[in-house]
Amino acid sequence: MKLFPIRGGIHPDYRKELASEKAIVALPMPSALYIPLQQHIGAPAEVLVNEGDMVKKGQMIARNQGAVSAAQHAPTSGRIRTVTEVTAPHPSGLPQTTIILEPDGKDEWADLPEPIADPFSADPHTINDRVAQSGIVGMGGAAFPSAIKLNLGEQKKLDTLLLNGAECEPYLTCDDRVMREYPDEIIDGARIMAHALGTPRVVIAIEQNKPQAIEIMTKAASAFPGVEVIGVPVQYPMGSERHLVQAVTGRETPARKLTADLGVVVHNVSTARAVHHAVRFSRPLVERVVTVSGGAIREPKNVMTPIGTKVTDLVEFCGGFAVRPESVVNGGPMMGQPLPTLDVPVVKGTSGILALTAGEVNDQPTSACIRCGSCITVCPCGLSPVEMSAFIRKDNLESAAKLGVMDCFSCGSCSWVCPSHIPLVHYFNYAKGALNDLERELRKNERVKTLAEVRVIRIEKAAEAKRAALAARKPASDNVPPANSGEAKAATEEKANT
Amino acid sequence: MSIATLKKSGPFAHGFSSVQKTMFLVLLALTPATLFNLYLFGWPAILLFTVTVGACVAVEAGCLAMAGKPVKATLADCSAILTGWLLAMSLPPWAPWWLGVLGAIFAIAMAKHSFGGLGQNVFNPAMVGRTVLLISYPVAMTTWIMPHPLFSASAPSLLDAFAITFGGHMPDAVSAASALGHIKTELTRHIPVTESMAHVPGLMDMMFGYRAGSLGETSAILILAGGLFLMFKRIISWHIPLSVMGGLFVMAALFHAADPARYASGTFHLVSGATFLGAFFIATDYVTSPVSKKGQLIFGLGCGVLIWLIRNFAGYPEGVAFAVLLMNGLTPIIDKYTRPRAFGRNRKGEPLPLPPLPKDKP
Repeated sequence: MKLFPIRGGIHPDYRKELASEKAIVALPMPSALYIPLQQHIGAPAEVLVNEGDMVKKGQMIARNQGAVSAAQHAPTSGRIRTVTEVTAPHPSGLPQTTIILEPDGKDEWADLPEPIADPFSADPHTINDRVAQSGIVGMGGAAFPSAIKLNLGEQKKLDTLLLNGAECEPYLTCDDRVMREYPDEIIDGARIMAHALGTPRVVIAIEQNKPQAIEIMTKAASAFPGVEVIGVPVQYPMGSERHLVQAVTGRETPARKLTADLGVVVHNVSTARAVHHAVRFSRPLVERVVTVSGGAIREPKNVMTPIGTKVTDLVEFCGGFAVRPESVVNGGPMMGQPLPTLDVPVVKGTSGILALTAGEVNDQPTSACIRCGSCITVCPCGLSPVEMSAFIRKDNLESAAKLGVMDCFSCGSCSWVCPSHIPLVHYFNYAKGALNDLERELRKNERVKTLAEVRVIRIEKAAEAKRAALAARKPASDNVPPANSGEAKAATEEKANT
Repeated sequence: MSIATLKKSGPFAHGFSSVQKTMFLVLLALTPATLFNLYLFGWPAILLFTVTVGACVAVEAGCLAMAGKPVKATLADCSAILTGWLLAMSLPPWAPWWLGVLGAIFAIAMAKHSFGGLGQNVFNPAMVGRTVLLISYPVAMTTWIMPHPLFSASAPSLLDAFAITFGGHMPDAVSAASALGHIKTELTRHIPVTESMAHVPGLMDMMFGYRAGSLGETSAILILAGGLFLMFKRIISWHIPLSVMGGLFVMAALFHAADPARYASGTFHLVSGATFLGAFFIATDYVTSPVSKKGQLIFGLGCGVLIWLIRNFAGYPEGVAFAVLLMNGLTPIIDKYTRPRAFGRNRKGEPLPLPPLPKDKP
């Protein structure tokens, strides 16, 4: 199959060998699970359980609410200890509402709904409902509720489901292992998703540094003519949705559009496996494979982890720290988030927990920019990090926005390559946050202004109508002001305010 | 086990590039050509080279101290050494010591630190230093000598060298014209290039560097080797060197074809003067050249054409320094108009139109 080049990118030290040959092992059930209500993009789920309730594995304990949301299910059977605020796995270290479950050790499944007998003749809605009910979110890290992306077939003309098995982040091997150990489940899930989306074609893209996964997946896909497996070049950030679509189809997603506007929907390989479980066995998403790796971890592993496991328990299972880590990262080293503490739970989007040594992080004091232009060469978005960062340093966010800082998706290539160790992504994240705030403020002000203008017009119209009515009733005395004018005005104002 | 590891957002990985490493590799690449020329021009050249580099480091230290910046940490980036090195390479090999010191002051204090230090200067510091010297001391700056290799009979001893460099006792009858200067002078005497070419060193001598010229510029082959090494190490890309030499060669070749008596050939222009040194080591200076590859091509072409124009029509026989400085001045504008196209947007920054809907497969 013909592939297309993508712009820029880097070739970091992948260090996948730390965990790539470690088969997936199940974590012994921890003594408590901490299940945050928000593990996804969108609104937090609504709690369905109370302190002291006994729940079974797979039972829904928090329901999705609003348009974009995902349900949470009990990862095992046990007792709800409490619903309280617990530190979220987010750099802010802020707490969020979390259900604490004490496993009873029986791991008993709840009464699950009937599996969908023949998904390929089922209505797409039935499949989407099942995916939504199973709390499935994108497992590549972004954690966007999958059912919404599976609904895109209704609104757009789609031709390809692209399964993302690129796993371009260094260290991470969870998708690699899932592809090697559960290829049939992924392909079945992918075919079900393609059916729900109405796409005739499924392409599974895997970076060429995973030859075993490519071989195994190709073999598993050979039985299905509509499913293709392709090896894509090893070039970070190949796994970025838009860039992968460009590499595979040659189509460049316009700014502010979705890949679905070009007929392509991208899902992660592990998400496909979760869909397989939800549709074929009615099992909701209650566990995931997490790569625990990095130079500071004694025994790197790929661990099948119940959602809600504390990172501390996971790290302990992997032999603890061999040396003091410089950084503990949730996700890959390029785009992952620093963890404020190890006392946070694993969530549905946690692809890896990396404990990195100072040597691996290679953080150096920042020196002056020498304008080498490497950041421009490597930027996969065609931006000019050197110029944008110069503006942001002077707090000239408007000029940075003109240069396209909002198009940056923080892949980190520029920071990685910078010989002066300038924390470019840090600047861009700051600018994006500040610009978003500004825009929200602007929109708020505009709305207030519009409302005020509308109100003035409404009051004037009401007064006009009143005058006209009065004039019609008393044509003889048009110069006499109406006795109840003050009262009428007050009434109009009140009406306008409601 | 609560370890606070929060510092800043990612990435939590970094390539192994650093400013110091970059500068060090450039110095390494310059070493063969420099050693050859130091051998070729003997002790006076070694003394001048040492004085110039030392003066640059001293001036840099002084400027940093005055600006209240960390002196030792910043000196470790080797950028002052590189500037001094390039400045020394562009001086006549037996020039007096004060020329190197004065050049260092103009290069480091005026061209670099008055703009804010490393990364902030608009003009190439070494070339500013050289140009100021050339304009102020045209005779001293164009007093070339023929090669006097170390340990050869004609080579000055260390004692003689001290007299030459520090005492100003330039021995008589050693000076020689550079090839470019010779042709220019002869042209003013209405002797056509075709005739004057007979008195310049042969092509092989020009290539290997056995000729008169600045302290570090003579060996095209060794400079080329250093440049290729930098390309291999991905410190520089082919864009600037190739476009500088391409611009110069094409201009020279075209006019040579039209009027060989008036214009020297493209090959001659390539191997003479500071073409190779300029193309690989001076025009490629990160700070003062454009950041995008497209901008670098425009910049390089501009340098090449300007070098040719200056060599042929201006008062000076050599124009690398002037050409590079002129193009340095254009760098901000080139940068502005050669930004890459953003993903999903057209050149104006508007979102791309949606392509026509993909058709169903038959």
